[in-house]
Amino acid sequence: MLIAALRKELLLQWRSRTQIMAVFVFGATSLLLFSFAVGPNSEALRLYSSGFLWLGLLLSSTLTLAESYAAEMENRALEGLLLLPSDPRALYYGKAIANWLQLSMLGIALVPVMVVLYDAGTTDLLRLFAIILLGAAGLSAPGTMYAAMTSQARAKQTLLPLLLFPLIVPALLASVKATSLVILGDPMRQLTPWISLLAAFDAIYWSLCGLLYSRVVED
Amino acid sequence: MQDTFAVDAQNLARRYGRRWALADVSLQVSQGSVVMVAGRNGSGKSTLFRILSTAIRPDHGSARILGFDLVRERYDVRRDVALLSHYSYLYETLTAEENLRVAAEHRGLSTSGLRQLLERVRLGQRSNDPVNTFSAGMRKRLSFARILLQQPRVVLLDEPYGQLDPEGFALVDEVVNELKSNGVTVLVATHQLERGGRIATDAIALEQGRVIFRGPAKECPSC
Amino acid sequence: MKTGPAAILLAIGAYFGFVVAVAQFHGVSALALGLPSGAIATLAAGCGVAGAIWFLFANDQADSSAPWQVMAGLGVLCLAFGSYYGLFVAPPEQYMGEVQRIMYVHVPTAWNALLAMTLAFACAVIFLFKPDYKWDSRMEGAIEVGVVLAFLLCCQGAIWAKPTWGVWWDWDPRLTTTAVLLFAFLGILALRRFVEDPARRAIWSSVATIIAYVDVPIVYFSVRWWNSLHQQQSNPGTVSKQFWLPLRLNAFGILFLMVAFIMIRAQLATLRRKQEMAPPLPEVAELGEAV
Repeated sequence: MLIAALRKELLLQWRSRTQIMAVFVFGATSLLLFSFAVGPNSEALRLYSSGFLWLGLLLSSTLTLAESYAAEMENRALEGLLLLPSDPRALYYGKAIANWLQLSMLGIALVPVMVVLYDAGTTDLLRLFAIILLGAAGLSAPGTMYAAMTSQARAKQTLLPLLLFPLIVPALLASVKATSLVILGDPMRQLTPWISLLAAFDAIYWSLCGLLYSRVVED
Repeated sequence: MQDTFAVDAQNLARRYGRRWALADVSLQVSQGSVVMVAGRNGSGKSTLFRILSTAIRPDHGSARILGFDLVRERYDVRRDVALLSHYSYLYETLTAEENLRVAAEHRGLSTSGLRQLLERVRLGQRSNDPVNTFSAGMRKRLSFARILLQQPRVVLLDEPYGQLDPEGFALVDEVVNELKSNGVTVLVATHQLERGGRIATDAIALEQGRVIFRGPAKECPSC
Repeated sequence: MKTGPAAILLAIGAYFGFVVAVAQFHGVSALALGLPSGAIATLAAGCGVAGAIWFLFANDQADSSAPWQVMAGLGVLCLAFGSYYGLFVAPPEQYMGEVQRIMYVHVPTAWNALLAMTLAFACAVIFLFKPDYKWDSRMEGAIEVGVVLAFLLCCQGAIWAKPTWGVWWDWDPRLTTTAVLLFAFLGILALRRFVEDPARRAIWSSVATIIAYVDVPIVYFSVRWWNSLHQQQSNPGTVSKQFWLPLRLNAFGILFLMVAFIMIRAQLATLRRKQEMAPPLPEVAELGEAV
């Protein structure tokens, strides 16, 4: 059933691929704008590059997370699936995995933009992509949960970031720190604890949200 | 199993904000019968159907569908019940066939008979067009196909005739008669009394969330 | 629940609190029933907190027997004595001087803010298992008062930081965690305002409260790690023995006031929900307002 849910999500994403492209352009634009906040100081830009990358991804994530529920709420398709019946946990994990893949792709696509704009490259792409995968998982698990609520509330555009941003502070902190250690070098060997923190955050929220999701989507 | 009621509801009630959409409805429907639920707009027909299909919980009262409790055994109820809602439950960007495939896969059914199903509701020509190019009547037909796909034992049809053309009316009657001959219990909510009276044997009428009439479909008071 | 047990618990707490104070000032431990002083202090604190929370749950519905004014009066009394003692009687601290006196409100505020959030979390968990709307009202009250306390805590933290470290804001793990907590719970209050259906609102805000509360320790440890290279963790909370009395008195003062405010807010939430929802049907009225 999880496979079915995931296939449905990927099919929906494929149909709205122009939207995903637009979100990528939005993320790249915000990376460009961040550099104006610092000024043409290549040293400082390089120093803050990982923070900018993750803020760009975070801002883009509110768009993709909300979008992943637009198709569900239009004709109450989510309710239709629940009545088939489908296991709410499978629906949650299907959507969370799809959002995770989408955010990871977005993050990886933003890396070249970061390299060009901030001169912040690294040859250790394996580690960098691993961090992006872990960080995107930290955004996607609570994000998929909160978007389920906010997509049915008034003022949905405001509410999702309001709920999501304070919550993912630890994941953001760990992702930024780990990314900058990969880019700027890691003389004190601090990378492992940050990655463990990120993994712990992911583990907690992937299990907790899966547990609580049925209460949110069922009446 | 034959002696358990298809629907056995006691004192169902549900409020929406300041209003009781369903105030107090008790209802027994034996298996294999076709029952019309009449009543004007806002009389509680849709709320009753949404409760019986477990889309929403009752605020008071309890009900059993084929012996399964509506609240405690939701998952079992959902296996046997199919609801034609005024929400189409369709994904706009997916094609007709993909919509049916998604439903079949979630229910764990084989996806081989989808073509025939679409032919059955006269959508064979448009099976590869996305739903957002469909008219309201075509969406209704596709929702019908989705119901048939589920192979339910109890079918709740909320305004099945709405938005359909005369050919669609005939299709609904044909489908209901076939379900009936297969022993499926059908509840039809409609305000088209003469249409409903032709396919249903019994009827109840709702007014302000309460039952005001029970009896043969032919004698149902117009509202 | 009845108010009686709450009064008994509070009386026991007050008695042992008095014993602790007497033992400290006059060295008399005859009233202590032979218990060691550490155990008495713990007992006093435990009974006081348990009594206050019992009082809250016994009286936070609209048809309560004991009004919130009882708790508020008790709170103001404790706070007045504690503040007087802390400001005028207790000696200034050896290294930090007069600035340190803000600790007499800062530390109690911190304890109570955390207690309010924990209360909200407990109400959220209970509501998900036992859907009775009074837990929803309590949760709303606890979150609202907790948010106010967290805001006060951030302000006091900034006031403390300026003379001590020369900056208004320091990325101290506790201060930062409080700020994150403040915004997380403000988000939940916003969610409550934007969902009309009372049943959905109750369930969703319970879920959001659980998710946000679980985040608190993670935020704390991540900020502590993040900040560990910049400066040594300072510990303004270490308080020597002679500062205990004003600290404890103020802690209970704020606790009692907090309970009074949560009672008011919970009663208001219950009334507001009654306005939003249809009155129970006559024939099913005896079933109450369970979901």
